[in-house]
Amino acid sequence: MSEQWDPKILAIFCNWCTYTAADLAGVSRLKYEPNVRVVRVMCSGRIDPQFVLTAFASGADGVLIGGCHPGDCHYVEGNYKTLRRVTLLKRMLQDFGIEPDRFRLEWISASEGDRVQKVVNDMVAKVRALGPLNLPGRIVEWDKEVEHMQSEIDAREGVAHV
Amino acid sequence: MSDKPKVALYWCASCGGCEESVVDLAEDILTVVGAVDIILWPVAMDFKRKSIEEMADGEITVTMINGAIRTSEQEEMAHLLRKKSKIMVAYGSCAHTGGIPSLSNGFEREQILKYVYQEAPTVKNPNNTRPQTEYTENGWTATLPEFRNVCRALDQVIDVDYYIPGCAPNPKLLLDAVLAILKGELPPKGTVLAPDKALCDGCPRLPTKPIDLKIGEFKRPWQAKIDPEVCMLAQGFVCLGPATRSGCGERCIRGNMPCTGCFGPTSKVHDHGAKILSALASVVDANDEPEIQRILAGIPDPVGTFYRYGMAKSLIRRKLSLLSSK
Repeated sequence: MSEQWDPKILAIFCNWCTYTAADLAGVSRLKYEPNVRVVRVMCSGRIDPQFVLTAFASGADGVLIGGCHPGDCHYVEGNYKTLRRVTLLKRMLQDFGIEPDRFRLEWISASEGDRVQKVVNDMVAKVRALGPLNLPGRIVEWDKEVEHMQSEIDAREGVAHV
Repeated sequence: MSDKPKVALYWCASCGGCEESVVDLAEDILTVVGAVDIILWPVAMDFKRKSIEEMADGEITVTMINGAIRTSEQEEMAHLLRKKSKIMVAYGSCAHTGGIPSLSNGFEREQILKYVYQEAPTVKNPNNTRPQTEYTENGWTATLPEFRNVCRALDQVIDVDYYIPGCAPNPKLLLDAVLAILKGELPPKGTVLAPDKALCDGCPRLPTKPIDLKIGEFKRPWQAKIDPEVCMLAQGFVCLGPATRSGCGERCIRGNMPCTGCFGPTSKVHDHGAKILSALASVVDANDEPEIQRILAGIPDPVGTFYRYGMAKSLIRRKLSLLSSK
């Protein structure tokens, strides 16, 4: 990568708490790092672990999940499901060799705009320190070893058929 | 030569179980053999690569390759057979999703070679001899295939038309596939030739699966006696049924063992492991973090458990902290 790298972080926030908090941070003119791309879901319990893996596989350097504090879920227990999934997913990502700081779960209520600012800035700093994950680039690199076989066979067959 | 459709069966990084499943067709194998000419089947009959090379492109009606792709030779044969075949079928878990061999993507190539040729307890190799890809003596050069850095599923190396899943596949799926090909009644390219439903859907123990499933403790099959009637998950055994494709005939369940996921995911799922992780973790019977962690400690190896047959086709594909993956 020739151009200056800066972290890309996918943030998935729940509609009722963390997304509203991010809105509050906006109207309160709280500045935070522009490296997060926020996606809103109705509940953090909607977040399929596939979303997280897809983000990494698509080039994200980090994934941040935001939901309501335990006991405050708009759908009563969606965030508990998130907590259970994230607990196991964190361990699995570590086993895949993805650094723990690249994946984070935070409970941020609708009134905690300042916490959005703090969490985002902190995560961006940590991911910046880790450097690029660049999974798509790595996959291209891994597959270079299987690029040539087709042309080798074609070349040999071409000779054989003359 | 007869004008019957030509069929080739080939194996790559595999155990031979898939070949066994062909033999498991039992008397149905006569239906297959009567209708086609098997022109390549290294495990059972003697053919030469040269005779394949001499064939016209697309001359073979269907080739079924089982096994993952780990060496340059497997890769070469896959390309060669692709060129000569009208239809390419990835047969069995390893060709379909990487299978057991692709669990080796959790290790560095050098780690594997070092263990196999130097460190394994059964190895005595004082000179640390390793196989070389080329060796010349008296003017003659002998060659061996190259061991690749990454283990791959078949469609990560060549274009694949259809998939028959399973470790090993159910012989019925093979028979249905062969008959469909002979009749020309084929689904769209890329289809997995098995039902597109989760295993739980047809599981004989489904009536005993609680609607509000909660798991307070995960058990492994050797840790407790398995009740032969009751849903595995209700008993706390890690069963991949909720996220795994059916079509196997629930052979493991009927043999009183939980599903380990060899049929891979259904067509709607992008990552099998993430999906079963989601299903199992969300029913953990606790709301506070230490207790959740305690219960989930009952799954000591999530990657090995959830991607047992499919690490090559997972979204992450490989352990990222390895040297050559930087």
